[in-house]
Amino acid sequence: MSGEILLQASDLTVKFGGLTALGGVSFDIRRGEILGLIGPNGAGKTTCFNALTGVYRPSAGTVSFDGARLGRIKRHTITGRGIARTFQNIRLWGEMTALENVVVATDARHRTSVPGAIFRTPRHRREEAAAIEKAAALLGFVGIAGRGEVKAKNLSYGDQRRLEIARALATEPKLLCLDEPAAGFNPSEKAALIDLIRAIRDAGHTVLLIEHDMRLVMGVTDRIVVLEFGRKIAEGSPEQIRADPKVIAAYLGVPDDELP
Amino acid sequence: MRPSSALAPGDRIRGWWDGRTRAQKWLAGAVLFGLLALLPLFPPPLIDTPGVSLGGVLAQFAMFALIAIGLNVVVGQAGLLDLGYVGFYAIGAYTVALLTSPSSPWNQLGANAFFSSDWAWLSCLPIAMAVTAASGLLIGSPTLRLRGDYLAIVTLGFGEIIRLVADNLASITKGPRGLSGLATPVFGADAVPGGYFSTGNATGAANYGTWWYWLGLVLVVIVLLIVGNLERSRVGRAWVAIREDEDAAEVMGVNTFKFKLWAFVIGAAIGGLSGALYAGQVQFVDPKSFNIINSMLFLCAVVLGGQGNKLGVIFGAFVVVYLPNRLLGVEVAGVNLGELKYLFFGLALVVLMIFRPQGLFPVRQQLLTYRRRARELLRRAEDSTAAT
Repeated sequence: MSGEILLQASDLTVKFGGLTALGGVSFDIRRGEILGLIGPNGAGKTTCFNALTGVYRPSAGTVSFDGARLGRIKRHTITGRGIARTFQNIRLWGEMTALENVVVATDARHRTSVPGAIFRTPRHRREEAAAIEKAAALLGFVGIAGRGEVKAKNLSYGDQRRLEIARALATEPKLLCLDEPAAGFNPSEKAALIDLIRAIRDAGHTVLLIEHDMRLVMGVTDRIVVLEFGRKIAEGSPEQIRADPKVIAAYLGVPDDELP
Repeated sequence: MRPSSALAPGDRIRGWWDGRTRAQKWLAGAVLFGLLALLPLFPPPLIDTPGVSLGGVLAQFAMFALIAIGLNVVVGQAGLLDLGYVGFYAIGAYTVALLTSPSSPWNQLGANAFFSSDWAWLSCLPIAMAVTAASGLLIGSPTLRLRGDYLAIVTLGFGEIIRLVADNLASITKGPRGLSGLATPVFGADAVPGGYFSTGNATGAANYGTWWYWLGLVLVVIVLLIVGNLERSRVGRAWVAIREDEDAAEVMGVNTFKFKLWAFVIGAAIGGLSGALYAGQVQFVDPKSFNIINSMLFLCAVVLGGQGNKLGVIFGAFVVVYLPNRLLGVEVAGVNLGELKYLFFGLALVVLMIFRPQGLFPVRQQLLTYRRRARELLRRAEDSTAAT
C-alpha cells in the first residue's frame, strides 16, 4: 500500500481539564487503505476519532485532510470535506425509516433548501429522485434493502449497525471512520462485516477502523496504529504489530484467539 | 404498552386512507373541505353551539388550526419546545392593529393614507407575516443555540415580554385600552353595510364569523400544502433528524442551527398569519388576549392531536376551541361546564399522557417526495442482492 497521504495527524493532543486523553499522536492515513486503530480500553481511540471528525477540538496539533488543514471548522461541514463516521453506541434517527435515515445523509450534498421545497422546483425534484435512488442502492450494498421501510428503532441490532454504515457512505466520504462496527456481533456476522469493509474499500473509499476484535482487525486492515494511554506505541502491518513486543506487553499479552 | 384502541381513533382511518389512490385522496379532501365549509350554514342539531354563533366558533377554530399547524412545525417536527408562541400571534395581530387602527400613531388608513381602505387588511397580511418571521429570526438567532429546557424558558420569557410591551407602551399601543376600529376586508359592501367580513354582518347563518371561517379554511389548506411540501423534503427530514438526535444530525452534515432557525421562522410566520386573521375579525386588540395561558392552550391542541401530525393537530385545535363553546350553555348542578375548560383540558392531558403519550393521532410521517418509487427501488435493490 503506497497510496498518497489522505489524512495526516501530527502531534494531535486532546485534554479534558487536567486529563490528557491524547498526547501528541501522529500518523498518516493513505488513500485506498484500511487503517486499524487499536488499543486497550481507555487508550484514547474514540477520542482520537472524535478529534479527527471534528466532534472535539484538539488542544494542540493539526489534522490535515486531502491537502487542506481541518482547522476550526463547523461540525456539520466535516461531511462536506469528505469524512464520515459511524457511532460506537448506535445513533440512528429511530422514528425515521432505514431509507429515510440514509436519505438525510445524502442531503448533505444537496443544495435546495426551504424555497426549493415549498415550490417543488425542478432541482428539488431531481435531488429528491436521485436521493432515494442512491439511498436504496446503498441499502442494497450493505444488504438491508428489504428492511428499507422499517423504522430504524425497530431494526435488529446487526441491521442497525449496517444502516449506520450505509448512512455514513451516503455522504460520499473519501474517508469512512468506523467506530467498533463489530461490537456485539457473532462470528458469522463478523465474517460478513469483513467482506463489507473490503467491498467499501474496493468501491473507492479509505477506511479508518477502530475495533476491539483482534481477529477482525488482523484480518481486514492493511496497517495498524496502536495507542496506549493516549500515546502511539506502534505502527505497521498486521504481521509487524503481531510481533511487536511493546504491543504484546500492552495489549496482546494473551494469544489473540482468547481475547474478547 | 399497547395503546388502548378507544384512544386510537386514528389507526383505522389511516389504514383506510393509505389504501386510496392519489385521485381518490384529492376527491375525498375536496368533499371533506366542502362539508366543513357548509357546516355553519346547516348546523346539525347536536353540533350547533347554543348561545354562540357556530360560524364565530368555527372562525376561532380556523385560527387555532393555523396556530396548531405552525406550532407543530416547531414543537412536533423540529422538537423545539416553544412556550411563547402566543408572542408571534400577538405580533401578527398588533402589526395589523398598528397599521390600520385610527387610534394608532402609525395608522396608514384613511384619506391620503398608504393603504386603500378596501384592501388595507389584505395588504397587511403579508406585512404581518414578514414582521413575525423577522421577530422569529431575531429571537431564534441567539436562543436556538440553547437546547431543551433552556429554549423553553427563553421562549416563555419572550411571550411574556411581547404582552408586557404591548401593555406598557401606552403611547403607541394604547396599553390595556387596546386598539380598535381595525381594517377588515371589504367585500360585498353593496349587500351588507361594511361588507360580509365586518361586524355589521351579524345576523343569520352566513354572518361575519362564517365568512371568516371560510377565509381561514382556505388559508389552512394553503398552509397545509406548503408545510406538507416542506415535510417531504430535506427540510422536514432535517427537522426530524434534529428532533431524534441532534448530534448525529450535525455529524451527518445537517446544518442544525440553520434548519432550527427555519422551523422557528416558518412557525412564527404562520402564527403571525393567524394573529392577523384574529385582528381582522375582532377589529380590536388588547394585551389581555395574548395571555401566556393561550400559549398553553396552543400547545394543548398540538399535544392532544398528536405532535408532528399536521392533520391531527387540526383536530386538536377543534377540540380545544369547540368543546368549551359547545358546553357553554350546558349546566350541570348549577355549574356552567364551559367555565371549566382548563379543568377538562388538564384532566384530558393527564389521561392522555398515561395511556397515549403520542396524542390521539400519532404521527406516521412521510419524509420522502417519491414514496412509491422508493418502494420499487428498494424491492429491486433487494432482488439484486439476493441474486449475487
